[in-house]
Amino acid sequence: MIKELASIESLFYLAASIAVIASLKVVSRKNTIHALLYLVVSLLAVAVCFYLMGAPFAAGLEVIVYAGAILVLFVFAVMMFGLSQDDVKHAPQAKGISHWVGPVILALCLLAEILFTIESADVQQRLNATIVSSKDVGILLYGPYLLAVEIASFLLLAGLVAGYHYAKPEAQGGHL
Amino acid sequence: MTTIPLEHVLILASILFIIGFVGVIVRKNTLFMLMSLEVMLNAVGVAFIGAGSVWQAADGQVMFILILTLAAAEVAVGLALLVRMQHCFKSLDIDCLNQLKG
Repeated sequence: MIKELASIESLFYLAASIAVIASLKVVSRKNTIHALLYLVVSLLAVAVCFYLMGAPFAAGLEVIVYAGAILVLFVFAVMMFGLSQDDVKHAPQAKGISHWVGPVILALCLLAEILFTIESADVQQRLNATIVSSKDVGILLYGPYLLAVEIASFLLLAGLVAGYHYAKPEAQGGHL
Repeated sequence: MTTIPLEHVLILASILFIIGFVGVIVRKNTLFMLMSLEVMLNAVGVAFIGAGSVWQAADGQVMFILILTLAAAEVAVGLALLVRMQHCFKSLDIDCLNQLKG
């Protein structure tokens, strides 16, 4: 029974259902910050899915870049917009812990799952057989996909220039 | 060879993609539309990683990294446009943008 419970598939299904629930909450919340919290949980759940699929490098990138960098951008933008301007006046006022208890429960489920995965020698052994190593990814990235990497760097440069240009205040010469 | 069947990975990817798509269609707030776009891009990443792990090829992860850069650039430009939109219209409602005129 415990072996059945511990299989990689069931761990994957648990993380997948957490991702689906959190994504549903993202598109259905009224308040921006609450939706952002659920978006973080959704991205972390997808990262756990990546880990269980044998792509630990992609899981790390998902946590660092998506949940770390992109979500911080979102939070900065929300702070700049001012929460009073948003849907927040239609949402119920803060009632103690009730707003963040949902994301916290989902995130604790993910934490328990990842701890179990790391602790269980059996699961680790089966995961190790399926890993696509980051060395292969690097060799491929700077071999056959070199042109794609260059184009991606140009895309990031374009994003940088466009973000700088659009967000500049009118007084400093910014215009659409 | 991974133990998770490819069909289930693709089902998860399609569910996440459809949730994000419905979010883009239904929500009026532009910020929520950007978040739903993130969910959609993430779903595509799930499909790529799943396929890559089934065939034991690193190409799936390479594609995921490219999607990651695309998402980062998209969010930077989109949020800058949103800042400008908030400045011009004092609102993030997408219906404010129905007359393509500055």
